[in-house]
Amino acid sequence: LRKNVEDFTGPRERSDLGFVTFDITADILNGKNGLRTIFDWNVKQLFLYLSAEYSTKNNALNQVVLWDKILLRGDNPRLFLKDMKSKYFFFDDGNGLKGNRNVTLTLSWNVVPNAGILPLVTGSGHVSVPFPDTYETTKSY
Amino acid sequence: VPPPSVPAMLSLDFLDDVRRMNKRQLYYQVLNFGMIVSSALMIWKGLMVVTGSESPIVVVLSGSMEPAFHRGDLLFLTNRIEDPIRVGEIVVFRIEGREIPIVHRVLKIHEKQNGDIKFLTKGDNNAVDDRGLYKRGQHWLEKKDVVGRARGFVPYIGIVTILMNDYPKFKYAVLFLLGLFVLVHRE
Repeated sequence: LRKNVEDFTGPRERSDLGFVTFDITADILNGKNGLRTIFDWNVKQLFLYLSAEYSTKNNALNQVVLWDKILLRGDNPRLFLKDMKSKYFFFDDGNGLKGNRNVTLTLSWNVVPNAGILPLVTGSGHVSVPFPDTYETTKSY
Repeated sequence: VPPPSVPAMLSLDFLDDVRRMNKRQLYYQVLNFGMIVSSALMIWKGLMVVTGSESPIVVVLSGSMEPAFHRGDLLFLTNRIEDPIRVGEIVVFRIEGREIPIVHRVLKIHEKQNGDIKFLTKGDNNAVDDRGLYKRGQHWLEKKDVVGRARGFVPYIGIVTILMNDYPKFKYAVLFLLGLFVLVHRE
């Protein structure tokens, strides 16, 4: 599970807005059985999401979902996504993105069974995205 | 004389049974009925305590979480204060002043050192987040708005509750039949 990213930030009124582009290479397996695929008889779908987690002066813990995808039973659990843009605006609650070196991106997924428990699993492997100290003013996105 | 038809015979038997029951047996059956209702209520209250949620089982009412959940699916919730709210979790929440709980996924959280948390939700099947659904001027949800976190689910079964809500005659029919069954059942 690996990700590569680039980034810029832009100020919006009072809150920082971050822009991240990323690649995702992932292979989602059933943790218990090593090589076996996660899509067994009781898995209806996987709800994947890429979330950014970081700390700021205002808030001890922030988590923002940048992108999500639904993988249905029958879809390929191996992902090779390149140059993806975030689906959702990466607004901070304040100005905590500027100069923040410790923004971690993780890929997680919610296993939705045909019936039963709804576990949340976090993928191994995460990437740190350092945000620059200055704002980009002219960037068309 | 032709023999009476089968349905007529069954109803006659049923009436005979009721007439044969003397007053003591009738009281006994009523008490039995009361016990079943009390036990059911106790189980429900017990679930409320164990899960920490005021509504440990909810029925999905809309299609905003498809294809994961459909109208009529039953969700099992917990609402333990020790469980932190994190993105990706499916929460059931109520908007202040509205009765109907909403089942959506947590999209963003901002939590302070002391545990105060504000978060944003979105339905999987919706194009935009839930800000439009919140109260006027409300931008975030807080712990107090949460009814519970979805931990497990069973499909379809909740359709019965939806039918009973939408068609009150159906509800009365079901309750009537249940009452009848318990009163007449010989045990």
